[in-house]
Amino acid sequence: MNANISKAVTRVDAEAKSTGAAKYVSDLQFPGLLYARVLRSDRARATILEVHVPPLPEGYFFINKNDIPSGGTNEVLMIKKDWPVFADGRVRYIGEAIGLVVGPDRQRVLEILKGIEVVYEDLDPVFTLEEALALKGGPLYGDDNLYADYHLVKGDPDAAFDAADQIIEDEISTGYQEHIYMEPQGVIGTLEEGKITFYASSQCPFYIRKAVAHCLGLSPDEVRVKQAVTGGAFGGKEHFPDVMATPVAVAVHKIGKPVQLVLDRIEDISFTPKRHPSTTRFRTALDKDGKIIGMDIDVQINAGAYESCSLVVLQRAIFSSNSVYDIPNVKIRGRAIATNNVPSDAYRGFGAPQGLFAVEMHMSHLARQLGVDELAFKERYFTEKGGVTVTNGKIKEDVKLPEMLQKIKEASDYDRKAAEYSRGALRGIGISIFNHGSGFTGNGEQAIIKGLVTMRGRRDGKADLLVSNVEMGQGLQTTFRKIAAQVLGLPVEDVGYDNPDTDRVPDSGPTCASRSIAVVGFLVQECAKKLKAAWKPGEMVEVSHRYAPPPGLEWNQDDLQGDAYPSFGWGINVVEVEVDPVTYEVSTKGIWSVFDVGTAIDERVVEGQAHGGIIQGLGYASLEKLEAVNGRFRQHTMADYVIPTSMDFPSIHNQLVDNPYPYGPFGAKGAGELVFDGAAPAYADAVQWAIDKPVDRIPVTPEYLMEVIEG
Amino acid sequence: MSLVSFTLNGKPVSVEADPLLRLLDLLREDLGLTGVKEGCGEGECGACSVLKDGKIVNSCLIPVATVAGCEIVTPEGLRDTDRGKCIVEAFAESGAVQCGFCTPGMMMATESLLRKNPDPSEAEVREGLSGNLCRCTGYDMIVRGVLLAANKGRGLW
Repeated sequence: MNANISKAVTRVDAEAKSTGAAKYVSDLQFPGLLYARVLRSDRARATILEVHVPPLPEGYFFINKNDIPSGGTNEVLMIKKDWPVFADGRVRYIGEAIGLVVGPDRQRVLEILKGIEVVYEDLDPVFTLEEALALKGGPLYGDDNLYADYHLVKGDPDAAFDAADQIIEDEISTGYQEHIYMEPQGVIGTLEEGKITFYASSQCPFYIRKAVAHCLGLSPDEVRVKQAVTGGAFGGKEHFPDVMATPVAVAVHKIGKPVQLVLDRIEDISFTPKRHPSTTRFRTALDKDGKIIGMDIDVQINAGAYESCSLVVLQRAIFSSNSVYDIPNVKIRGRAIATNNVPSDAYRGFGAPQGLFAVEMHMSHLARQLGVDELAFKERYFTEKGGVTVTNGKIKEDVKLPEMLQKIKEASDYDRKAAEYSRGALRGIGISIFNHGSGFTGNGEQAIIKGLVTMRGRRDGKADLLVSNVEMGQGLQTTFRKIAAQVLGLPVEDVGYDNPDTDRVPDSGPTCASRSIAVVGFLVQECAKKLKAAWKPGEMVEVSHRYAPPPGLEWNQDDLQGDAYPSFGWGINVVEVEVDPVTYEVSTKGIWSVFDVGTAIDERVVEGQAHGGIIQGLGYASLEKLEAVNGRFRQHTMADYVIPTSMDFPSIHNQLVDNPYPYGPFGAKGAGELVFDGAAPAYADAVQWAIDKPVDRIPVTPEYLMEVIEG
Repeated sequence: MSLVSFTLNGKPVSVEADPLLRLLDLLREDLGLTGVKEGCGEGECGACSVLKDGKIVNSCLIPVATVAGCEIVTPEGLRDTDRGKCIVEAFAESGAVQCGFCTPGMMMATESLLRKNPDPSEAEVREGLSGNLCRCTGYDMIVRGVLLAANKGRGLW
């Protein structure tokens, strides 16, 4: 470890948050603030015939598509722009925004909302992947309901299948997951010195700026976005704040007063995007010795009513579908499928958790069918430096899986337990091995983001860091300061880093994709070096540094070939469980993890990410059941959508290995998503051991286990 | 509307309010105490925790009328006390704070627990925090923070 940078410091934001002094969106006060509620569709697929709005009291407004100013557009500009700001004649999911009711008294706004009548003509909706592929009710998107349909080939899979001694088939599925950031979605739009200005709970202030400008027909620099203290996000505040801010912008433009839109928890669970449910089908070709010679993988994700960033989620899902295994001949098809469900979108891991869960379970199922030791079977296919990925790129870094495996075996006493616990005896130990590419997929950093970082050396000897990346709980306020401070030889508190404001900071890109430390952190380090060289005592100087790709990366976006990621984080998780033979409830008895995140910028911050990611992943694996029935989520409160409490899981034993990456700050790679990825497969694997039957889906609920065990 | 009088963070207050108004709204909107957070509005998450006569309650479930004559403590009241300062420091030293939205409620839960049990075991801490949800930390560092506060603040509770 680089002892200096990795040594934990006290987080700079801890005190203000603990004492309640930190101001989140809903804590901000503005004179004359108006409150907005969304008039939402209660139909999954319908034509809107009429909207009857009763006469409004003075000071209350109904805002809809007709209020978008001339020159503006009724589109939320994200990666695509198929999602309308307000429904225009038709609705595609339950919860879609038709209008906003705005006024000074929240209760009155709610009463007005309830008095509005929408007359629909229902159309034939599609909810499942099968219905969507059969084009039930006619296509919802394009002529095939496919937002994306990707094909990858590595080696010669057809020849491998021709030569196969046996072919084993498998189907693995994963459910929805709701983010449950503790602070619900919220934005406030206002006019400051005539400029439309937003305060937002957000991961990506420049995304909001772009979307609001597009909607109102302004240039981006005519819109200002200030990030408020953000109470968790996990991907849920990557693009959805654009869907929140655009209708509010229309309201502010029309009314000229500050307007707050903060969702209550029921709205937030019911109508904001979720992790994509997935179904992955494997056909695996084996030779006469039981060695894998080829895989044919079909990945389908339920993308819901609008595309948002589903195509990129799908890319990461299929790129993760061989995980840490170097399989010689592989054919992959991936489809992101349009349905009339609430749109699916970014959630920590961004497709990787689905892909990694599927391949981990499949590998263990193969070992089981072949009657060989599962872990030894997996080890035979571990990739290494120079190994070929499913996009025919190369692993460019040292792969420390053998060392990591040794560490976790010692910590968890794995070998003894694996020898002692007989399968089916209601106690099991499970293991998952996985990796996660840091940063945007493919050439996104270079082609789309082109991140820019600025630093200012001040006359008083302190420095300011100007970046668009946000603190959302992951510790960036502390870790970015540490990187700059260490380069400059300053105490951490002498580096300023205020919450981003698009009028003040350059666009260093969004806060997502495990890119903040791995990609932007490197720009911070390089920018700080430039500042150090240029800065003389008593002077003020400003320097900037722009992203350039690390040397040796090759990527073709048209056919998705080459190095999909510049570097990877690596992880191994072990989970031990007991299954109650009467209730089929599973209790977790131990959790161990080892991660390679390059160099930890702050060991405690990384450990905090590891703990939080693993528990969120264990929730995904077990408790967090979210079912969409006819386009409506059956669970819609925190009482029926259950996330882990402090009682549900034991403490976690975590270790790090040092593996510095030359193009990360002080050798750091991404960590925030990696730490989520492995918990679900390790948990499901432990349950398989305990019941001696294959588990092929999450969440593993007692109801599901009863089906598996009792047949 | 009716006049409701109670003690808030050690000081007497009297407010004209709808007796059915949620205590949460009175505290946040009428009295500007935004350290009390609304995470769910249905008593599940604990972000709006306050102490009512020394017991932890969810202020989103409590009508204002029911606090007449009671003693209410919010994070703004706790933070200036020796115990509050001890908890804030212990949380910071333990890495217990990430996004922070649950943290003021966790502070209140810690105060409530240590009042009843100044020397809790890890299991007792986990039970004491079980009404307060956190999505960031996985709870381990919050548990460590509570144990550290109990240790550093020996004699305060």
